Amino acid sequence: MAREDTPLDQEVFDRVLKEQLDAGTDKRVAEGRARSAAVRAYKTAHPEEEAAPAAAPAAGGNGEAQAPAAAAATPAAAPAQAAMVAAAPASAPTRTAPLPTGNIPTPKKGAPDKHRLLALVPPEGIQRVEREQGDRVNVWPHLLIEEFVAMFVLSVGLVVFSTFLNAPLRELANANLTPNPSKAPWYFLGLQELLRYFHPMVAGISIPTFILVGLAAVPFVDRNPSTRPGDRKIALTLFTMMFMFGAVLTIIGSFFRGPGYNWVWPWAQGVFFDL
Amino acid sequence: MKLKPPSPSELGDRLRDSEVWKSIFRPGSIFRKGYKDTSRDRALATMNNVLYHLHPVKVKRHGLKLTYTFCLGGLSFFLFILLTVTGIFLMFFYRQQADIGGAQAYTDMQGIRTTVFFGDFVRNLHRWGAHLMVFSVALHMARVFYTGAYKPPREFNWVVGVILLFLTLGLSFTGYLLPWDQLAIWAVTVGTSLAGYSPFIAKQMNFLLLGGVVVGPETLLRWYVLHVLALPFVLVLFLAVHFWRIRKDGGISGPL
Repeated sequence: MAREDTPLDQEVFDRVLKEQLDAGTDKRVAEGRARSAAVRAYKTAHPEEEAAPAAAPAAGGNGEAQAPAAAAATPAAAPAQAAMVAAAPASAPTRTAPLPTGNIPTPKKGAPDKHRLLALVPPEGIQRVEREQGDRVNVWPHLLIEEFVAMFVLSVGLVVFSTFLNAPLRELANANLTPNPSKAPWYFLGLQELLRYFHPMVAGISIPTFILVGLAAVPFVDRNPSTRPGDRKIALTLFTMMFMFGAVLTIIGSFFRGPGYNWVWPWAQGVFFDL
Repeated sequence: MKLKPPSPSELGDRLRDSEVWKSIFRPGSIFRKGYKDTSRDRALATMNNVLYHLHPVKVKRHGLKLTYTFCLGGLSFFLFILLTVTGIFLMFFYRQQADIGGAQAYTDMQGIRTTVFFGDFVRNLHRWGAHLMVFSVALHMARVFYTGAYKPPREFNWVVGVILLFLTLGLSFTGYLLPWDQLAIWAVTVGTSLAGYSPFIAKQMNFLLLGGVVVGPETLLRWYVLHVLALPFVLVLFLAVHFWRIRKDGGISGPL
């Protein structure tokens, strides 16, 4: 591998690696930085070796970007350009892109209408990224079939339900005739239940706002990185309590409240609930 | 010379070999001739289909376990599609007018129930599907919490999810008024009466929501437009971000 052949300054490598690791940097990142610094140090110390072997890593077939690029350039131009670009860092260690001029360049007369790209990647610029492929399966057929079955089961359930159970339609709306009890849709009945205990400002404004903002803030409050249930006892307990609290209030509002929004037992006085 | 009509299988082969067929089904489609059950063709089947390409080519195996996701997010999306389709059907037979003396909206509801072919059935699908969607979205949120799927780098997608939950409630609530029966206006009256307690902007909030002081014809028009156009549009935008971020954040979250 050409990357391994790149000469570097071992002393600098060890020193920078230790610095980085002491600073708490991730091992792979630290190695990359150390290697980069070491290669640069070596190049500054041995400027004479720059021009000659610069083309070697490019031709070594390591970088996928390098080999085709070199092949794309005309044979005569390639070594010259490679040498020029590679020599540049020695004279100017910090490279900056030219400032935008606002002029859109026009192609030169007689320029070929094909366009060529030449990319030279300095060896210290190559970072090896390793990612675990992990245990993965094809979406088709495995996931798509599961999704299809889920969709199918839900559709059948809904069709059967809709065939035998009609959605309610009461008499025409009448602003002068308030039904008793008047209930909000079921997902707001928890809030309506809270209205029994708190001022409307609290039950209707403060608490819903708090719930929505609190929910949105969950990932920024819970900074525990673990997803193992054993490590998240507090988060799980709090969420379950809140969720159950909401569910119980909703069930009470739905089934245990009758005329005048007073308490009823659904098995004794009946259910006052519409979907 | 004897001319023999082609057998059905020959006809099928010829059809699948035709230029028209090949122009419709991109390479790798399972409907295209020469589909092989290889890794490559399985990948192409996902990539070369406009619906399936929301998925990556491969997913983590543990994500397939039914008890990990319970398919809740996907089913919520499916319900949204179902509600869009049934909703479009209902729009053909419904006028959002509720002027005093002649509530066209309510008359149209009765028409849907009695005279429109399959009208009652489609309305049932729409209504039960809507309640189910609120339920499944809430459960989806609980699932995401319990699997810790909101943790970095997925924080923002959780926030998008909370917005989607809010929009789902908004869609359901605005739809609740449309039948213009006693159930509808009084549920909405109860639900919106709380807005009258907002600090500082109580009157403005009430007017913004109702288009008047009480639930009336203006409210119906307002909520109809919100229900069939404004909220679905906003929801689809956030849905796009939601799905896109799932992919960008590395697909399904890790195993427990």
